[in-house]
Amino acid sequence: MVSQADRPGPDGLAESRCRLVRRRIVEMIHRAGSGHPGGSLSCVEILVVLYCEVMRHDPGNPSWEGRDRFVLSKGHAAPALYAILALCGYFPEEELFTLRRFGSRLQGHPHRQSLPGLDCSTGSLGQGLSMAAGMALALKLKGSDSRVFCLMGDGELQEGSVWEAAMSAPKLGLSNLKVVVDLNGVQLDGPTSGIMPLEPLEEKWRTFRWRVERVDGHSPSELCRALRRTEPEPTIILAETVKGKGVSFMEGDCLWHGRAPNREELDTALRELS
Amino acid sequence: MIPNTAMRPTRDGYVEGLLAAGERSPRVVVLDGDVGRSTGVIAFGDRFPDRYWNLGIAEQNIAGHAAGLALEGFIPFYSTYAVFAVGRALDQIRTAVCGMGLPVRIGGAHGGTSVGPDGGTHQALEDIAQTRALPGMTVLVPADANQTREAVLASLEIPGPVYIRYGRNPVPSIYGVGSRIAPGKGNLLREGRDLAIVACGAMVGAALEAAEVLHGMGIEASVIDMVSVKPLDESLLMEVTGGVQGVVTAEDHQAAGGLGGAVAEFLAENRPLPMRILGVPDRFGESGDPGELLGQYMLSSHGISRAAIDLMRPRK
Repeated sequence: MVSQADRPGPDGLAESRCRLVRRRIVEMIHRAGSGHPGGSLSCVEILVVLYCEVMRHDPGNPSWEGRDRFVLSKGHAAPALYAILALCGYFPEEELFTLRRFGSRLQGHPHRQSLPGLDCSTGSLGQGLSMAAGMALALKLKGSDSRVFCLMGDGELQEGSVWEAAMSAPKLGLSNLKVVVDLNGVQLDGPTSGIMPLEPLEEKWRTFRWRVERVDGHSPSELCRALRRTEPEPTIILAETVKGKGVSFMEGDCLWHGRAPNREELDTALRELS
Repeated sequence: MIPNTAMRPTRDGYVEGLLAAGERSPRVVVLDGDVGRSTGVIAFGDRFPDRYWNLGIAEQNIAGHAAGLALEGFIPFYSTYAVFAVGRALDQIRTAVCGMGLPVRIGGAHGGTSVGPDGGTHQALEDIAQTRALPGMTVLVPADANQTREAVLASLEIPGPVYIRYGRNPVPSIYGVGSRIAPGKGNLLREGRDLAIVACGAMVGAALEAAEVLHGMGIEASVIDMVSVKPLDESLLMEVTGGVQGVVTAEDHQAAGGLGGAVAEFLAENRPLPMRILGVPDRFGESGDPGELLGQYMLSSHGISRAAIDLMRPRK
């Protein structure tokens, strides 16, 4: 098991891990010929902080009952999650490059039964929060002190079912539920503000009786501090990020929501990420 | 089979089953969608307040919570009106519940036309087709209250997701307490060499009546209660249809995609036979007494015997 004490926390280490994960993401998607680089690159710090600093988990025993649970509600960011799971040692790094291939354990969107380390299948947007809340409720019922972390995209907040779950989690007293929104501001068709405006998000979640905090989603130390707080109510962290972060020509551009880089684009991306 | 003419709604059996299941396993939990007083499921909350949550009118969220609870080892039953339990949360049922093969039990109340006067919006007429198409889903459509109780208890032993469809309207009692029910098992309630009637839910009683009428006319019909619409009892179908001239199916559901569809798919590949599929003919429901509604679609003992006679008529 990876304990808190074993984990060096300086931003420097997180930064090098994030760079490595970003390199893996663009290479995996390039080799697969399809995938979602924009929303994978935007949530790298969030995932690295969760898996390397905050969550209790054991790559040697993926179904350890005492682990914290994780739900990637924005399932299209699977390449980012896979890269981190491999980094933690859940499966060999070489397997990353089987992404989206026939017979691969690395399905296009996370498939729980295929790969160790996945607590939940996702991919249909707007479902993750309800499942995470159900898991948090179950853990309370079992008297467990494990927590459930759920990473959502901002675009998926447009799904009505998200707000059904937003209503129910405070009613159920799910203090063990911690949600992060990857607020990258861009969805498939364009800027979220133009497709279907979401703001003001703090007010929305606060009126639903959540504890809300807005942080820089690319700052490991800010994320770490926000994620480590214990609160009596369910927590949502609005993490401001840049879609396509780290690759200049992908940043903020909705065209890179779901497009694979070609050889030349990959080389440029890897140069920028070195 | 214990003959019994008492009339009871299958929802009574669902609630009895839930209470017994709650006693049997501490892992049984119930999620409600603000219809607990209407379906009677609130009785579970009264008995087991720590294992019952009313999440309001939000079926997608309920289905998601059920998936989350199942992921953590519980056996969640989520119960609301069938039309919304399945239709409103179909993507959650498909991707989360069936996609992960989770032991979520969906109790579809007010199945078919049983909620008659409420009209088309509330009549679940597509739920069997919707659930039957989902990989790994078991679909149980019990015929009376006792069988519904047993279906709930039997579901505890089924590893994957289960849909149990039941109704509000009183139906004749066919089974005794403790009658066995298992996925993939139908019940042969009457044997006859001329044709087979395959029914489920509220139409099983009508099928038995129709067989009696046909007997008076010299036509001997077998009656199968296909309580397990999925998996279908294929061996029973093969056993009963050997030598018959045709098969009539009857269900309180669209004629497309339900029990009739399941039987037709199987027989077309294994023993093609003339069939009559009785169900709602590609129409939405409307207000009316369930008996009146079913009657206009020929979903009655009269309708079934008419279809059987038509099937037995020599072909040109």
